[in-house]
Amino acid sequence: MTTEALTLPVRQARQKSSRLWKGNTGPVLVVVLAVVVLWYVAAVAMNWQGVTDAFERAGEQRSTGEILLATLEQERPMLPAPHQILIELKKTVIDMPVTSRRNLLFHGWVTLSSTLLGFALGSLLGVVLAVLIVHVKTLERSLMPWIISSQTIPILAIAPIIIVVLGSIGITGLFPKAIISAYLCFFPITISMVKGLTSPDIMQRDLMRTYSASRTQTFWKLRLPASLPYLFAGLKVAIAISLVGAIVGELPTGAQAGLGARLLAGSYYGQTIQIWAALFGAAILASALVAIVGLGERIVNSRMGVRAA
Amino acid sequence: MSAARRAMILTPLAALGCLYALILVHRPAVAGQAGPAFWVFVAVLWVAAGLALGGLSHLRLRNPGARRLVGLSVPVLFGAFLFFLWEVIVVGAGVPSVLMPAPSSIASRFAASLPVLRDDFVQTFMKSVLSGYMIGCLSGFVVAIIADRIPFLRRGLLPLGNFVSALPVIGIAPIMVMWFGFDWPSKAAVVVVMTFFPMLINTVAGLAAAGRLERDLMHSYAAGYWTGLIKLRLPVALPFIFNALKINSTLALIGAIVAEFFGTPIVGMGFRISIEVARMALDMVWAEIALAAIAGSAFYGIIALVERAATFWHPSYRT
Repeated sequence: MTTEALTLPVRQARQKSSRLWKGNTGPVLVVVLAVVVLWYVAAVAMNWQGVTDAFERAGEQRSTGEILLATLEQERPMLPAPHQILIELKKTVIDMPVTSRRNLLFHGWVTLSSTLLGFALGSLLGVVLAVLIVHVKTLERSLMPWIISSQTIPILAIAPIIIVVLGSIGITGLFPKAIISAYLCFFPITISMVKGLTSPDIMQRDLMRTYSASRTQTFWKLRLPASLPYLFAGLKVAIAISLVGAIVGELPTGAQAGLGARLLAGSYYGQTIQIWAALFGAAILASALVAIVGLGERIVNSRMGVRAA
Repeated sequence: MSAARRAMILTPLAALGCLYALILVHRPAVAGQAGPAFWVFVAVLWVAAGLALGGLSHLRLRNPGARRLVGLSVPVLFGAFLFFLWEVIVVGAGVPSVLMPAPSSIASRFAASLPVLRDDFVQTFMKSVLSGYMIGCLSGFVVAIIADRIPFLRRGLLPLGNFVSALPVIGIAPIMVMWFGFDWPSKAAVVVVMTFFPMLINTVAGLAAAGRLERDLMHSYAAGYWTGLIKLRLPVALPFIFNALKINSTLALIGAIVAEFFGTPIVGMGFRISIEVARMALDMVWAEIALAAIAGSAFYGIIALVERAATFWHPSYRT
């Protein structure tokens, strides 16, 4: 009894301090830290040869410590260290005027606008297709297999065609890239929306019938509300691949503006730090977009009374 | 008219009509300068094909074999009709081939450049895609097993894996080209990174899918970790693993083709696409895309067949 009474508060205290480790936060932090450490090690290892060669060519004798420092300060390293990428990001985001072509925000905006336009077009197409498929049996039988098999072909391969064909009839700029994004992102929306629209079970549909609800009323009052959680699951996937489509769409136009153009220009001129900064920019953009859609999902789900899974 | 009779009468009629329109449109007098009468005929065919497909898809058949045949024929006929429309509109209206080549000219270009296509296929698919796919899937699987053994690692890796799989991973292509050179290893490296995370996430989810009761049963048999893993949890995880394999089959092909846009030796599907687009030889580009579509669908189909054989016990395959 006494020992039990003694140990109890201690155990509680330990539980409190380990709350960080009970959830995912602690482990994620440790893994991220490990990735950063490994990154530095890899940066030193991969840049070592280039640095020693450079010193040899200059005819200078350097100590190991100096070489070590130099591996993290190279101008065109094989693998830039994380702090170099962060400095580049700061330089190209904050230190440049926003309208400058050397500002990463400018390129990010170009990519973002075509991502969003493509996402809007793709969502519209996806939802319309889903509604048609659910209501017209002929389309369900004939179109659905093609929509599914369209995903087994590498769609991104036709990106250059869309850009060039639309360019040759005078449509350039935002729209062709948005088409690629739309083409990529309609699929997850159609699939999840069809699933959502058919999710109300027999009982609920029978209830609508006992109210003598018309097809339109059943659609607006039962099917559409029931499909919203599914729709958002599709939207989250769609916005991520919409960004991929916009970036890939910028490649064949030959590097004018946008994050993809930044990647291509970086690879032409061997500017590794610029490539990594563009990659980080794209990653930040992607996670922000997914987070925004996730926020919308949470708001809609809580208003619809769906409990978080 | 009942659906069955409508389908029986209209399907062969529409097919014959389409055949006639195809012959008509390739005559020199019609090609490129089709008159309004021809377009009215095509419109009538469109309506007839729509009605025929509607009839077919509303058929109620008792015989399961016939039902399966009809179920298969509806999408096939629908696809064939779309190709027919493409051919008739492009040839009949004389759309210049730099905008949109007709399916027939793509097919003839495909047949004429088989050696080139074979070389591209070997370079992109056999070398980059297959090696990258195997390394990526295998390493994702192994890391998932390790993460499953060490819960701390799992809780740290899984949110990160989910995060990374929403990122535009394809952007690492220029870096991989810099590290591994222009030839196929750099493309395989892109494929490895793209396929690793879906495999990791799905395998970890699958390993957690075994129920409490089954695990308790294994425990009461005094089964150790490895016995439980091999006899219970891996089989339960198989549908998840196959799901990742299927997702990855598409991702791998996309990764390899897009990585080739960043620099390759003078062979490969992505290289051919970007070079022929620049030369405005769109029929060759479409032939290459047809090849990619065939390769992608076949790859996916083979994995789906293996899945069906390996997870025959799963509810989605029970009849």
